[in-house]
Amino acid sequence: MSSTTASTTGTTSTWDKVKHFLASNGALVGLVGLCILLFIATPVFLTGPNLLNVGIQAATVAIMAFGMTFVIVAAGIDLSVGSMAALAGMVSAYTFATSGWPGPIALIAGLLAGGLIGAVNGFANAYFRLPSFIATLAMLSIARGLTLVISQGLPLSTPESVNFLGSSLGPVPMPIVVMILAGAAAAFILRYTAIGRSMYAIGGNMEAARLAGIPVKKIQVTVFALSGLFSALAGMVLAGRLNTASPQAATGYELDAIAAVVIGGASLAGGVGKITGTVVGALLLAVIRNGLNILNVSSFWQQVVIGVVIAVAVGMDVMRRNEASH
Amino acid sequence: MKGIIVKSLITRRALATIAAVGLFATALAGCNRDGGASGSDSTADSKATGAKVVLAVSTMNNPFFVTLRDGAVAEAEAKGISLDVSDAQNDASTQSNQLANAQAIGAKAVIVNPVDSDAVVPAVQRLVSASIPIIAVDRGVTGVEVASFISSDNVAGGRQAAEALAKAMGEKGKVLILQGVPGTSASRERGQGFAEGIKAFSDIQVVGQQTANFDRTQGLNVTSNLMQAHPDVTGIFAENDEMALGAIQALGAKAGKDVMVFGFDGTPDAMEAIQDGRMVGSIAQEPAELGKLAVDQAVNAINGDPVDETVPVPVTTVTKDNVAEFLQ
Repeated sequence: MSSTTASTTGTTSTWDKVKHFLASNGALVGLVGLCILLFIATPVFLTGPNLLNVGIQAATVAIMAFGMTFVIVAAGIDLSVGSMAALAGMVSAYTFATSGWPGPIALIAGLLAGGLIGAVNGFANAYFRLPSFIATLAMLSIARGLTLVISQGLPLSTPESVNFLGSSLGPVPMPIVVMILAGAAAAFILRYTAIGRSMYAIGGNMEAARLAGIPVKKIQVTVFALSGLFSALAGMVLAGRLNTASPQAATGYELDAIAAVVIGGASLAGGVGKITGTVVGALLLAVIRNGLNILNVSSFWQQVVIGVVIAVAVGMDVMRRNEASH
Repeated sequence: MKGIIVKSLITRRALATIAAVGLFATALAGCNRDGGASGSDSTADSKATGAKVVLAVSTMNNPFFVTLRDGAVAEAEAKGISLDVSDAQNDASTQSNQLANAQAIGAKAVIVNPVDSDAVVPAVQRLVSASIPIIAVDRGVTGVEVASFISSDNVAGGRQAAEALAKAMGEKGKVLILQGVPGTSASRERGQGFAEGIKAFSDIQVVGQQTANFDRTQGLNVTSNLMQAHPDVTGIFAENDEMALGAIQALGAKAGKDVMVFGFDGTPDAMEAIQDGRMVGSIAQEPAELGKLAVDQAVNAINGDPVDETVPVPVTTVTKDNVAEFLQ
């Protein structure tokens, strides 16, 4: 999607190319700039262990945000991702600990639960014409409630198969591996499959997509089911890192996921967005939190800083697009 | 049973309404299975027997309040009163509605565990002016004279934590503090107590304090981040156990060996961590006791017996030495 305006003239100078790259990768530039600033402020920031640390902390939100990218590209929104993540982790923990299912089966059950709940969102959106904002807002509450019902409000231990996703394979942290694999899968779906291309078509102009023969409703159900599945996977990584499924896990993560997607250059109006952007967005959020911790910034100020960074990142993007349209 | 007799007497349309209401009521009863304890006539000498009491809990999303509720429900059963539990899900306006409902359903006393000590004031004042006795538990109600206020002594707990952590660190070294949700009284008071207590140890230095919002995942993330900046830290005080458990997850094998982690609350997971040496200790509140004493005060208020204005529930320092008493 980003390359549509590239090399419109055959004689673009190197400087123009640089300018174009900077303009269309504002979030990446911001990320690199922020990393340099943090490195100047404290050399601790750019050490290997700390960067792995940032990667691990970005993983959960990034995985969730991959699913969110599908939804936002298709001009929807999914507010239930945090609740679905918590529910999926809890389903795995419950079926393992209470029902005695084998760990890997419990893991799959949790993932399927996420996909199923997501499909329900999609169904409500496509066939019952509930706006996705409303359908998923309801699901935010329903899925969180079900998590509490299943857990009785208490944390449960997760099976080894789930814990593996949060652990380290030698020096390699599994959350980062899962993030990379999930990102590759999401990018592949979005770029090379008919379903992925249809998401852009629907997000760009739903009526045109329908007239072009795209099965809009089926794609919408698939989009939300995928969002549920990716959220469930994020929930597994989260639970795996703590060896525990907690009923309040991932509360409020929907906002981080949406922020990551939008910082990454997607448009909430639909039709625009890519997975690499989303990764950058998730990393940016993790870097900010990590940096504020390392610099020991007062917790009162942290929320202000995070809000300002989101506003600036998105604001720059909007400005760029306005310029492009003149 | 009553429904069947009534049904034969009325028109079909009303019947449908009644059926719907009945269904709704059944559903409510089904959801509210904590309500339990309906009155029996065996202890007829007490006015409180069978009386309806509402327990408005801030959130069931936290094991602490679940245990508090369990303590209250058990005591209500023992005293033969009918206890309705409502969960505000940490939303102050939901709680305000629930308190209004408590009056509507004819509660003889209301036990409230405020989501927010300030935001709950108007709702509580309405109940007070309707002469319904209010028992506040764990968090107070700002500027309102409630019948009784039952809480753990958080400041004392913070001081006890500082002493026990200092001892485990050999009275020297660097400490990190994981703070709770900024602006909450629990975070303020525990932090204040800890700061007071740790001052007595001149060789201990607090090198960083950051919030992890009382959350385990954030405890894990924030500790990982802070350990990058301060790898030589030997002690961590977390203002609740959830964050402490996140911290020991971040520390891995270092927890309990190189870095001493101290929590607050005494949740079952924390007790286990203390037992196997990953955590040095915690300050045990007794949530079940808080719930039980709240019901006791409610019963006294209904019976017209004297009610204690404040019931401070002492907190206990739990370390490996005495953790067995708390593990059941």
